[in-house]
Amino acid sequence: MKVLLIAEYENDALRSASIAAAAMAKSVAQATDGTCELLLLGADASAATAHAAQYAPVHVAEHADLSPATADRHAAVIADLVQSQGYDLVVGAATTYGKDTLGRASGLLGGYMASDVVGHEVVDGELLLKRPMFAGSVNATVKLLGGPKVVTVRSSAYDAPAPNDAASPISALDVTPGTARLDVQGVASKSGGRPDVTEASIVVSGGRAWKTSEDFENNVGKLADTVGGAAGSSRVLVDAGITPNELQVGQTGKIVAPDLYLALGISGAVQHLAGMKNSKVIAAINSDKDAPIFLVSDYGLVGDVYELTPQIIEKLAGTCASA
Amino acid sequence: MKILVPTKRVPDPDQRVKPTADGRAIDTDGVSFVPNPFDLIAIEEALRLRENDGSIEVVTVGIGVDDYEKELRTTLAMGADRALLVETDELLDPWNVASALQAVIEREQPDLVLMGKQAVDDDSNQAGQFLAAKLDWPQATFISKIAIADGAATIDRETDAGIESASLKLPAVITVDLRLNEPRYASMLQIMKAKKKPVERIALADLGVTAQPRIEMVGVEVLSSKRDCQMLSSVDELIQKLRDEAQVL
Ligand SMILES: Cc1cc2nc3c(=O)[nH]c(=O)nc-3n(C[C@H](O)[C@H](O)[C@H](O)COP(=O)(O)OP(=O)(O)OC[C@H]3O[C@@H](n4cnc5c(N)ncnc54)[C@H](O)[C@@H]3O)c2cc1C
Ligand SMILES: Nc1ncnc2c1ncn2[C@@H]1O[C@H](COP(=O)(O)O)[C@@H](O)[C@H]1O
Repeated sequence: MKVLLIAEYENDALRSASIAAAAMAKSVAQATDGTCELLLLGADASAATAHAAQYAPVHVAEHADLSPATADRHAAVIADLVQSQGYDLVVGAATTYGKDTLGRASGLLGGYMASDVVGHEVVDGELLLKRPMFAGSVNATVKLLGGPKVVTVRSSAYDAPAPNDAASPISALDVTPGTARLDVQGVASKSGGRPDVTEASIVVSGGRAWKTSEDFENNVGKLADTVGGAAGSSRVLVDAGITPNELQVGQTGKIVAPDLYLALGISGAVQHLAGMKNSKVIAAINSDKDAPIFLVSDYGLVGDVYELTPQIIEKLAGTCASA
Repeated sequence: MKILVPTKRVPDPDQRVKPTADGRAIDTDGVSFVPNPFDLIAIEEALRLRENDGSIEVVTVGIGVDDYEKELRTTLAMGADRALLVETDELLDPWNVASALQAVIEREQPDLVLMGKQAVDDDSNQAGQFLAAKLDWPQATFISKIAIADGAATIDRETDAGIESASLKLPAVITVDLRLNEPRYASMLQIMKAKKKPVERIALADLGVTAQPRIEMVGVEVLSSKRDCQMLSSVDELIQKLRDEAQVL
């Protein structure tokens, strides 16, 4: 298959979610004796070409009108390129950008799309895709009945591929984006200097047990800093305004799979589990010994998080290798 | 002004799902259905917009089997003005849902399509984007805030980078995220009254749409996330286990 990876980047570096998607794109190309190329779009896309060229040949669609990214403009550029160059498969990360833009691009390309892919297999030349449904309680194996196919890939399911030894070629694309129909005024950027929950190897996450933003910060936040990890939360804290949006882990938040997920005062609702159950090690502290979170945990401690969290911080302070 | 709200019925998320005997689909026998939670949020928002602008008409549409009428009645009880049932026995994928909606939109000529960002059964998160592409309309996905004035919508979108503020001209397709609102419950009285409101039925074929499947399920596997949990007795023990046994600290 002729595969095109739509890569997201920040300044001069590809986002880790896109590098994970590259693993899927390259693997399909290899299994089908095909090729994998990469597309960067945006006003400053050329800044990331050097990094991108470590993974695959790069097409750069650089145009002032492609930033800020809007689905209509980006999707039109992607669909045009896919049609004119005859790509069989378009791959992107299952981020909000990927779902928004590649969804629209697939709408222009006939709707052969699978979202949130967590695995794949090529059997007799046919691509089988594994994707979660029902908040992750089942994995479905699906095939797309035509093409061009479009998939978004969950970064937690694929390991980043090693960069190639030699840089791949880079070519500029001549694009004329249409009129923007989403007029973006700005993005209220996220708080704090901590790593994103999807990128940290340790995620310390808090639930309804935490009564105020200060308490959350002084305990969950502080423990995250102590271990050099990210702070996450359940939806109820986000709804209550105690934690910002981008901390939410779950079916409708971020999907994470860190080495350690530490759940502090989280009950373990299926919608929350959908976002973290593939973590390598899960540990939970909860005052209720029957809390469902313990059923999916490797280690459990029954007790009051207000009492136990400061103890953990104190005992770990200055001793953590990663901090 | 007319707002069209597509609503899907989905198996109640609080139930356990199980595969059919041949392992190729989800068994829906004896399963109870509810309106997709995201679609209830879309309906709620349409009703709130109507509270500010009495000229707004809220029309809900469901595509599926005969039984969909029950969930559509729920939308009427909440306060939708009319409901439309596009009847088909086939389980449509997002592309075909978008095709059916496009045909409905030709008939209804809404100014705004407000819908859930995803159906919580297939979790596709596609139908809204497909529909916007097919109609060549502006799209705003995953919104957490909306205001309408002078033929345009001003919205906030939930993105991975934070909240994006933007505006777009109507007609448009807008998909809603969880934090937009808390949907209301219909009272007994409203449920009774809703029984008298019209649910118009149209066969999918009468809309000139033939389903053309894009995706086929070849298997499902129920995942167990259960682990053997070691219950520990102190913070010291927890730290020791995480450090020495799991080697993650
Ligand atoms: C469509 C849909 C999508 C959803 N998406 C998400 C999602 O993406 N992410 C998400 O998280 N939720 C999501 N939810 C909500 C989900 O169903 C739960 O309501 C939510 O996860 C519960 O959060 P919680 O565990 O923090 O709170 P609760 O369920 O209230 O649990 C709090 C826990 O803390 C314990 N506790 C209380 N005080 C203490 C203390 N002092 N010390 C120790 N333990 C204590 C309690 O025993 C309890 O187990 C979604 C729901 C729906 C309907
Ligand atoms: N059968 C259907 N009938 C009406 N609306 C639907 C149907 N299927 C999907 N939708 C709408 O499309 C949205 C996204 O669905 P999906 O792309 O399947 O995740 C849902 O929130 C509904 O608003």
